[in-house]
Amino acid sequence: MVGAAGRFTIFTGQTFSGVTTEPPQARVIVPLMTEIGLRSVGVVLATGAFVGMVLAVQIYNQLHKMGAEASAGPIINLSIVAELGPVLAAIILAGRVGGAMAAELGTMKVTEQIDALRTLGADPVVYLVTPRFIACFLLVPILTLYSDAIGVLGGYVMSVKFYGISDHFYWEQTRQFLEMWDVFVGIAKSFFFGGAIGLICCYKGFQAEQGAEGVGRATTNAFVAAFITILVGNFFMSLFFNTLYNVIYA
Amino acid sequence: MTQTQQPATPQRAPEGLIRIEKVWKKFGGQHVLKGVHLHVCRGETLVIIGESGCGKSVLLKHIIGLLRPDRGKVVFDHIEISSTDELDLATVRRRFGMVFQLSALFDSMTVRENVAFGLHRHANYGEDRVSQIVSEKLRLVGMAGAEDKMPAELSGGMKKRVGIARAIALDPEVVLYDEPTTGLDPIMADVINELIIRVQKSQNTTSVVVTHDMKSAYKIGTRIAMLHKGKIVQVGTPEEIQNTDNPVVAQFIRGEARERIEESLA
Repeated sequence: MVGAAGRFTIFTGQTFSGVTTEPPQARVIVPLMTEIGLRSVGVVLATGAFVGMVLAVQIYNQLHKMGAEASAGPIINLSIVAELGPVLAAIILAGRVGGAMAAELGTMKVTEQIDALRTLGADPVVYLVTPRFIACFLLVPILTLYSDAIGVLGGYVMSVKFYGISDHFYWEQTRQFLEMWDVFVGIAKSFFFGGAIGLICCYKGFQAEQGAEGVGRATTNAFVAAFITILVGNFFMSLFFNTLYNVIYA
Repeated sequence: MTQTQQPATPQRAPEGLIRIEKVWKKFGGQHVLKGVHLHVCRGETLVIIGESGCGKSVLLKHIIGLLRPDRGKVVFDHIEISSTDELDLATVRRRFGMVFQLSALFDSMTVRENVAFGLHRHANYGEDRVSQIVSEKLRLVGMAGAEDKMPAELSGGMKKRVGIARAIALDPEVVLYDEPTTGLDPIMADVINELIIRVQKSQNTTSVVVTHDMKSAYKIGTRIAMLHKGKIVQVGTPEEIQNTDNPVVAQFIRGEARERIEESLA
């Protein structure tokens, strides 16, 4: 356990050093950004929309019993912007992009392509991991904004157009209770999630054992480790940012 | 490629360009190398033979610093590879080329990009010069015109040849071949043998070849070393190996199962 933590720390250090010593060239990072960002937009939008809508369904029904359905707006939007948007976008990307990265790098490991890179004078971590880390770090927040926007829209459509909550009250209540701070917290979390997905999934790919089974195991391990990190990280960051908010705005 | 070529003789026999000195290596609890001692002379083709899984590829990877010994040292031209840090090793590796068992071509890159990879990393050439070198090396291995193909479009033999072109792109002093004829049909295996000899003569390289293909070993080897149970049990010219009185070497080169059939079925 200690050994694995040490190896991951060194791996992370090598990745960070690559950001300054050998920034990735456009021809390397642009295809990665297309794969990680552009090709993930559809799945992120679909998930965000349905999460927003289902949240509205559940929250409206609970608040309706108490006669407080006008408060649905801030509850739905705060949940999406501060928690669900970033977490769900990150989990989807950990599965879609993280798994693919672990499988690709794992295959390169077992077919000796990573050794070949070393013999040709390239540092495999800097050459392969740094661009993937940068792409995940920069694009997960952007995808989170998409997820937030479509989630808010989905919640609005269900609450206002389907259940008939007043348009004015819905946005007025949201404006009162949803602060820029909440949006900032969601985006700050998503930077962490993006970096974690890039690092963990690439690390697991580099640790792949021989054969197809080894690559398969590395891919599964990558998703599970990223998934748990996202959930645990989200919990601690929520605590941290709430404390910070209380300190700043006390 | 039709005319059989003979390997060049070593220019300076006594002084080892590569010195592997009492190298020990274990993975988990299993000792793979147990004090291997071997010298490679400048200009020769040293073939390392041995059973599958005996540690030949592990030994080869120690020479280029992909693996580090638990004990002992590997010295290349007075540079101790085994204790050089990864950053400095990148410079030393400029003097090596390596051909991998499964070719290890970068499958997201074209043949041209694969062969040019080392040139872009190490040499300050313009694109025209890089293209010229790539074409020249591909022509040398009989793959002219394949520049824009992807590795997935190539057969096993073609991949090996592109792997050789990539390994020699920087005109290295030493070329390491890991099982270059494994998985190829006999004719393609012979093409690769001829190619190894051609590269050695045209580029004046030192070659270390790991194989269990005895036909290949006799054809390309200046000397042959047999690795058995983690140790070098005999080193000699192809003639000396063919006439060996060492029972382990004799059994291996003649491909006789003897008591091993019982061991392997037990």
